[in-house]
Amino acid sequence: MTKTRSLRWSLPTLLLAATANATDMPLNMTKGVTEISQQVYDLHMTIFWICCAIGAVVFGIMFWSIVRHRKARGVQPAQFHESTKVEILWTAIPVIILIIMAIPATKTLIAMEDTTEADVTVLVTGSQWKWHYKYLEHDVEFYSLLATPKEQIINKFAKGENYLLEVDRPLVIPTGKKVRFLMTSDDVIHSWWVPAFAVKKDANPGFINEAWTRVDEPGTYRGQCAELCGKDHGYMPVVVIAKTPADFESWVNGEAERIAKAKAEEQELLAMNMSLEELMSVGERTYTAYCAACHQPNGEGLPGIFPALKGSAMALNDMPGHIDIVLNGKAGTAMQAYAKQLSLKEIAAVITYERNAWGNSTGELVQAADVHAVLQGKGE
Amino acid sequence: MSAVVTDHEHDHEHHDHKPSGIKRWFYTTNHKDIGTMYLVFALVMFFIGGAMAMVIRAELFQPGMQFVEPNFFNQMTTVHGLIMVFGAVMPAFTGLANWMIPMMIGAPDMALPRMNNWSFWILPFAFLILLISLFMPGGGPSFGWTFYAPLSTTYSGDSTALFVFSVHIMGISSIMGAINVIVTIFNLRAPGMTWMKMPLFVWTWLITAFLLIMVMPVLAGAVTMVLTDKYFGTSFFDAAGGGDPVLFQHIFWFFGHPEVYIMILPAFGIVSSIVPTFARKPLFGYASMVYATSSIALLSFLVWAHHMFTTGMPVAGALFFMYCTMLIAVPTGVKVFNWVATMWRGAMTFEVPMMFALAFIVLFTIGGFSGLMLAITPADFQYHDTYFVVAHFHYVLVTGAVFSIIAAAYYWLPKWTGHMYDEKLGQWHFWCSLISVNLLFFPMHFVGLAGMPRRIPDYALQFADFNAFISIGGFLFGASQLIFVWLLVKCARGGEKATAQVWEGAEGLEWEVPSPAPYHTFETPPVIK
Repeated sequence: MTKTRSLRWSLPTLLLAATANATDMPLNMTKGVTEISQQVYDLHMTIFWICCAIGAVVFGIMFWSIVRHRKARGVQPAQFHESTKVEILWTAIPVIILIIMAIPATKTLIAMEDTTEADVTVLVTGSQWKWHYKYLEHDVEFYSLLATPKEQIINKFAKGENYLLEVDRPLVIPTGKKVRFLMTSDDVIHSWWVPAFAVKKDANPGFINEAWTRVDEPGTYRGQCAELCGKDHGYMPVVVIAKTPADFESWVNGEAERIAKAKAEEQELLAMNMSLEELMSVGERTYTAYCAACHQPNGEGLPGIFPALKGSAMALNDMPGHIDIVLNGKAGTAMQAYAKQLSLKEIAAVITYERNAWGNSTGELVQAADVHAVLQGKGE
Repeated sequence: MSAVVTDHEHDHEHHDHKPSGIKRWFYTTNHKDIGTMYLVFALVMFFIGGAMAMVIRAELFQPGMQFVEPNFFNQMTTVHGLIMVFGAVMPAFTGLANWMIPMMIGAPDMALPRMNNWSFWILPFAFLILLISLFMPGGGPSFGWTFYAPLSTTYSGDSTALFVFSVHIMGISSIMGAINVIVTIFNLRAPGMTWMKMPLFVWTWLITAFLLIMVMPVLAGAVTMVLTDKYFGTSFFDAAGGGDPVLFQHIFWFFGHPEVYIMILPAFGIVSSIVPTFARKPLFGYASMVYATSSIALLSFLVWAHHMFTTGMPVAGALFFMYCTMLIAVPTGVKVFNWVATMWRGAMTFEVPMMFALAFIVLFTIGGFSGLMLAITPADFQYHDTYFVVAHFHYVLVTGAVFSIIAAAYYWLPKWTGHMYDEKLGQWHFWCSLISVNLLFFPMHFVGLAGMPRRIPDYALQFADFNAFISIGGFLFGASQLIFVWLLVKCARGGEKATAQVWEGAEGLEWEVPSPAPYHTFETPPVIK
């Protein structure tokens, strides 16, 4: 499975390959790792068995009738066509079953919607096609991107165990604490879903939704974006690591420190000039991670949806405009603002890359200080 | 219910002076011609939409990207949905209505025959526009058939304009078709055909037609708002301008949920015609069927937000929509119980229409069960937007609506063509379809419960085995429908002559005219005693 596949495989080979590739799939909804997810599972099983029971009775009678009351057996058809008694009965019985079912469902729903008295609050922001997490009680925020390499997706490399369900930086939450999620979006509607928590909530642009969980077991839990959000909807996983409160504290403090340090370094960087080689190599890495999904690895974009950078007037001539659009995005389009997503160095590098790759040979270098200048210019 | 077909009936048969060749089909105002065109159109669309489903299943056969790009994959899911809903299922039901309603109520034709011609002939253009949009730069619509804003506004390609225009035309066609059905049933019933003597197919279509004229304008409003948000600077669905993206979903599903019943109520009518015929026993609980259909139609306006439990709504709202949705199970249950009671102590035979009707009852009920599960809001949070939902709506739409349409085609084919279809070939079609459709859709329940989201072009490795089986089921189901086409061609060309009554247990006015039904029927109304 490590080489490019030929499309001329025979059916049995394909089936075999699929089997060899797959880890075992559970056949049922997960019980999850929270009290709520267990309740949801119980509701699911209750309604499932109710349906099975009704199905067994109705289909049983129907098949009995099909076997017994067939013309081939020489039966004479009866002519009855109504019975008020029976009709009232089979209207009333389902109503009673439904009421019995509605009671636990109502209880669980009310518990799920109670987001009060949270210990930790995380602002979850979806954008095409990544998640951003911000801890409101700490100075910690970061983006979480798909970590599966492109080569696995296009079948050049063997697929890893967590294919499409792995990210570069997972969300970390403490166990045993009520964690509240505030959901919103920067562009289209996304939906943040972790099956093990039974949390699925839409992230709507311009509005904030709430959800919560309390995870008891430390561990890694995986989910995906559940609302069609454009081209790479299938490549927007959610990974959550639950750590003990002590481990969480040390992690969150470490992160805060790391982010503060990065910001300080950024300031130092303004005085430095990077070489073309360095800018191009950082730029290519950044481009692949953030830009290639829309503008494509070859810079040609997708005609009619995402504009080409190769040979574009902006990438060849208009440097201030180029820096501005990367920093601030373009309103009313899918072009996002990267000022808060990338460091000054990465932005400088990616713009340099875009102005010198795929035959765009302007030979121009963009330094962190240039980016900073445009950023400051905006601020004044 | 019995009818006296008067003698003048036959004197008028020489009046069918219709133009010949292609002009006959362009200019026709005859309900039978228009019905035939609707049905053929629906069949063609069924195969075009089906071909797109084959692309989807080919890509999902294995994890990784093999055949298409994600953007094209999204266009396939979107246009597959639009074509199957608006191009296959709805026109097929309208075709059946055109053919059968006048013959069932003893009317000479539809009440508004010229509008009837128009409502059909704009349809091919609507779908031509939709299909052409696939060849635009950036491709066709790729935001799902539900076209949620702002994915369909700010973030969509320019094919959106074509999409909006084509949906408008489809809507106009549906509204005109619905008005025609209502006017025909209200005005052209034969003397003595009182409301509670009407066949159930007529009843369910009447209620469907009311649903159509109520909700198609809502859909037209939704697409128009998408158009103005995208091109004319309005902000209905954009928070930055004071709008709300969730408002779009409320409007869409206020159309969308009754739309679901638009696609199933006529199916109830068909099954209620077929089961008594082959059980040789009157339909059990006729009146309760009528009341149940009406209650389902009324409730359908009160449940739309059950498609939106995850969008974030107040607990009171979620509870209201959960209870109303659960309530729909009651009248739907009544229908299933009535069909089973109709079979009970009948004298059944199992020709192809009956086989498809029986499969409908079982498989549609399975779709109903998963619908009931989806109504339970807390559990819906886990099911929502997964393959469990895909399994659910394909059970009600494919083994529900589509199976009923196929059953209807077998049931009335001898009346339309004057020939019996090939029973053996029909049985082959049935068994191949039945097995493959379950191989196709049943495992989707499991992948959904295991956590596979819908509308993704690629998936985690744990889902690989099941997706391979689902794809094989899909290819087999697609291939099985070729048997149907072959059978239809054979039946249109010739075969054993059909009698007027066709089926031993058949009752109703349509079985009192000769087979094939003459070009003009009931020019003098029959008298129903």
